[in-house]
Amino acid sequence: MSSPHASPRSGAPSVRRLLPPGLLFALPFLVLFALFMVWPLVQGLWMSLTDTSLSAHTPGFVGLDNFTEAFQDAEMWRALGHTVWFTVLSTVPLVVVALGMALLVHTGLPGQWVWRLAFFAPYLLPVGVVSLLWIWLYQPDLGLFNHLLDVVGIGPVGWLSDESVAMWAVALTTLWWTVGFNFLLYLAALQAVPDHLYEAAAIDGAGAWRRLWSITLPQLSRITAVVTVLQVLASLKVFDQIYLLTKGGPNGSTRPVVEYVYDVGFTGYRLGYASAISYIFFALVLLASAAQYAALRRREK
Amino acid sequence: MTSTDLPVRTSSASRAPRAARTAPARSRLRGNHHVLGDSRLGRVLALAVLAVLALVWLVPMLWAVLTAFKSEQDASDPDHWLWPRHGLTLKGFSTVWERGDLPLWMLNSFLIAAAVTVVTVLVSAMAGYAFSRTLFAGRRVLFALTVAAVLVPPQILIVPWFRQMLTLHLVDTYAAVILPQTVAPVMVFILKKHFDSLPRELEEAARIDGAGHWRIFWSVLLPLSRPMLAAVAIFVFIGAWNNFLWPFVSTSDPALMTLPVGITSVKDAYGIQYAQTMASAVLAALPLVVVFLFFQRQIVKSVATTGLGGQ
Repeated sequence: MSSPHASPRSGAPSVRRLLPPGLLFALPFLVLFALFMVWPLVQGLWMSLTDTSLSAHTPGFVGLDNFTEAFQDAEMWRALGHTVWFTVLSTVPLVVVALGMALLVHTGLPGQWVWRLAFFAPYLLPVGVVSLLWIWLYQPDLGLFNHLLDVVGIGPVGWLSDESVAMWAVALTTLWWTVGFNFLLYLAALQAVPDHLYEAAAIDGAGAWRRLWSITLPQLSRITAVVTVLQVLASLKVFDQIYLLTKGGPNGSTRPVVEYVYDVGFTGYRLGYASAISYIFFALVLLASAAQYAALRRREK
Repeated sequence: MTSTDLPVRTSSASRAPRAARTAPARSRLRGNHHVLGDSRLGRVLALAVLAVLALVWLVPMLWAVLTAFKSEQDASDPDHWLWPRHGLTLKGFSTVWERGDLPLWMLNSFLIAAAVTVVTVLVSAMAGYAFSRTLFAGRRVLFALTVAAVLVPPQILIVPWFRQMLTLHLVDTYAAVILPQTVAPVMVFILKKHFDSLPRELEEAARIDGAGHWRIFWSVLLPLSRPMLAAVAIFVFIGAWNNFLWPFVSTSDPALMTLPVGITSVKDAYGIQYAQTMASAVLAALPLVVVFLFFQRQIVKSVATTGLGGQ
């Protein structure tokens, strides 16, 4: 009993061999993981090979028909294009603006509490609130934005109703809503930049801009890479705010691929076909992850 | 690091006022002057830019609050769009509150987010402990699978999840909303890394005293891990509170809806009643914003540590 190597617990050895304590500890997670991650992944793959439907008919095996159909489906390609376009449109400002905010707040200006609240609070709003609020801001006749544009003499903009504007409006809402998250990541990274670098630079007589370009930004390059990776993956998964702001409209011009999955599966009842598109989208996400992983690796060499 | 620090400190001290001013003796928490320098003009300019940016970020929220306090008539009066002609009123709030569905959705959101948080944190911490501190057949493969699962977007699982809930006859139940959200491979990964970082001396002592795995986990490691558990819990709670897609797909009964789902489901029912819509939005936003006001530091820390997924 006194030896640290002796087993501290009693119990039938055969049971212990079948269920060692480690496995027991992992078991609750593994059960949930198997039920709600592994099984759905397998079932989704299986459904993508069938004509499973929400209506009551027995699903039959259709081979790769769903995938063949998907690759010829112009609407799916269009939706994938919207997802990628949104990712580009949202990622750039979500990284750049967050960096700018963090640099400004990190200067130690008075009112830290207010800045953090202003930039991060929107992130805490449920997407339902965000969309109701921005539908009101974008409202063509009564919304704040068109009132303000009117003051400076610019005619009303159809923020969510004009096909050439809607995706930009969605990206703008997303920037406002989620930039606070990246801002906090940058703020934490800034606090970790070692002081002695700046002290050395101060001795060399480096000015403020010089310090920004030669110390701060290079020191932030790793976190910038990480924030960008996380942002791209988050943006590729976009659904909520687009669905609530525009329902993918006008004329499907903002519909992302996740909404297409939803429309095909739950409005069109075609769960099999929706599963196939899910897997095509999954491939896109994996491709993006792999590409970014490779890029990160190359940078760090 | 200290060895490189020291000579720098001494030399900067020997170089009189200019260097002394730039030396970062000021508290770290209050930030520092490194980023933009310490010229007066620079700081005033930075403050101005920051103030404008913060104002731009606050305006949408202020506009929502202002609208919520207007009468319906004033809210849709294009000629007096800024300040209401008939003064402010609480009518929007009282109408929305009395309809009764908003408090119900808040309660649903709270119950569901709390259940998801408790289950996720407990189950992930136990799994993190197992992967960090115990040996069993298949441990490495299972951990590798868990890490790989971080790459799976939950969005691709909604169709099979829904099929599954039909099979299990769980559609339109709390269980259907909660269960799939409790699988958080990234949290298992973060907590495993965290346990790896804790020294083993304390548990060795407990082990000598005859403590088993459960005692070591529950009475030694968990109390040491409170800050990390809080960070994970806050992150999971905010995620569950704001989650939209799965609760939206898995519930059609308004009595089971969460806040993000419910509040948008009645959007069309409001018609053009903007004051009421904004009143419900403000009420729905309130809980988490108030919590943030009280726990700002913990929430900021939670995002900074958990947000990177342990990278």
